[in-house]
Amino acid sequence: MIDALNIGLAGLILGLAFWSIIAREAFAAVAGFMAYGLLLTLVWVQLHGIDVALTEAAIGGGLTGALLIGAVSRLRSTEAAARAEQPGAPARWLAAGVSAAVAAALALCVLVLPDPAPTLAPAVATHIAVTEVGNPITAVLMAFRAMDTLLEAIVLLFALIGVWSLAPDRFWGGRPGLRQHADPNGILAYVARILPPIGVIAGIYIFWVGADHPGGKFQGATLMAAMWLLVMMAGLADAPPISRTWLRLLLVAGPLVFIAIGVVGVVTADAFLAYPEGIAKPLILVIEFALMPTLTLILGLMLVGAPKRGPLP
Amino acid sequence: MNAATLFGLCAAALIGIGLYGLIVNPHPLRKILAFNVIGSGVFMLFGAIARRGAAAGMGGDPVPQALLITGIVVAFSATALAVALLLRLFDETGSVTLASDAPDKVQPGIDDA
Amino acid sequence: MSFILDLWTVIAVAGGAVFFLAGTTGLLRFPDALTRLHALTKADNLGLGLVVLGLLPQVDSVSTGLKLLCIWGLVLLSGATASQLIARALLRRDARP
Repeated sequence: MIDALNIGLAGLILGLAFWSIIAREAFAAVAGFMAYGLLLTLVWVQLHGIDVALTEAAIGGGLTGALLIGAVSRLRSTEAAARAEQPGAPARWLAAGVSAAVAAALALCVLVLPDPAPTLAPAVATHIAVTEVGNPITAVLMAFRAMDTLLEAIVLLFALIGVWSLAPDRFWGGRPGLRQHADPNGILAYVARILPPIGVIAGIYIFWVGADHPGGKFQGATLMAAMWLLVMMAGLADAPPISRTWLRLLLVAGPLVFIAIGVVGVVTADAFLAYPEGIAKPLILVIEFALMPTLTLILGLMLVGAPKRGPLP
Repeated sequence: MNAATLFGLCAAALIGIGLYGLIVNPHPLRKILAFNVIGSGVFMLFGAIARRGAAAGMGGDPVPQALLITGIVVAFSATALAVALLLRLFDETGSVTLASDAPDKVQPGIDDA
Repeated sequence: MSFILDLWTVIAVAGGAVFFLAGTTGLLRFPDALTRLHALTKADNLGLGLVVLGLLPQVDSVSTGLKLLCIWGLVLLSGATASQLIARALLRRDARP
């Protein structure tokens, strides 16, 4: 029975991916891609990666879909010109041949994977007691591979600065995106008042429970960023100007606290980002608390885009 | 064939489909979409390998899964940057062609950035 | 007792599946966007509701059951909002000359 479910899932996913590649209109392709992202969540559940499933649903399905739909609606007028540039049949056949060869090579690699599979799970299980965290993925992210998480936070910050830097000079320091207006008695404003409290509670809960159960700060921060975006889309709040000090302080607070704790580790435990005995869990909590606002702001602001209104004189 | 192998083969096929879309579609937004399909195929492959490493009471090897969470977030940020670049190109030139003989600016001096 | 609960689960989830099938058939076969919206809301409300009601006897704690009902409530809210917004946009588009 389970095998039929897996085969059905795989078939649907391949069909949706194919659809999003060959659909004629970009909007239809993006809609197919969003459905594809949500089905991918089910695949992750089948592969026993619940944390990854949560992240895929939130970021892969939700945020990426919102980003692409915004882009599609703005680029609607360019589709006809692009369609005129399509390559001819020989180029398509060559591309199909190359893609099939790559896929075949990868499939061969999958079929000759070593058996029994090498794994780090026993090593994690042996050492997880020291970190006082129950969820092995959180232990890996925040203790065993904390360097990766630090670099990821810094990369996100650089990506946001990259998006901001694409503003024309006259808009630098202003508010991202255009001012949204929605009927204050309409249903969008109503939902933007009802849903964010529920979403924020759910986001904080997912962040807090990630210490011992599937969850974590990335999934929680995505939920809260989504609620903020909903409020901005309904016109109930405006995007902050990017020159505000509080915004910039909150954005760098997460990585700075992380680096500071890492330096403390150099002094007290002989290695960058090593946690001294006994205070591993409090240090992890401090890092996560500092990273939550940073991640929420970065994820929300990356979706809104570069500044489009000039700073007030 | 267990679930991990099935989804590993599915991931290989996804990478192939995404590669075809990346090469063939001339519109940059469709290329970004195809790139995301390739990315999710790579992630699924990694996830299948993580599932094969199930041991010590866990359903899957946690180290690759943690790296996957990092990967998904960074892939989103790369997509956001690519879309921002594309929208700026559209604002500057009015079209999104990547051909090398396209005009550089709609009106000279409209805004120099 | 557990046989009756399992029977209820099977019947309710099967009923939910029927409504999902009906909604999808409507989406594919109805002639215009407003009628397709109408078909989709049947899948949302009745289909998901029956699935949730069918799964309720199988949960092992009250809080999980409450979470399932919360999920149904949130899907209803977001589905209703999206349908209203799409319908209003359609009316505005058709009203333009």
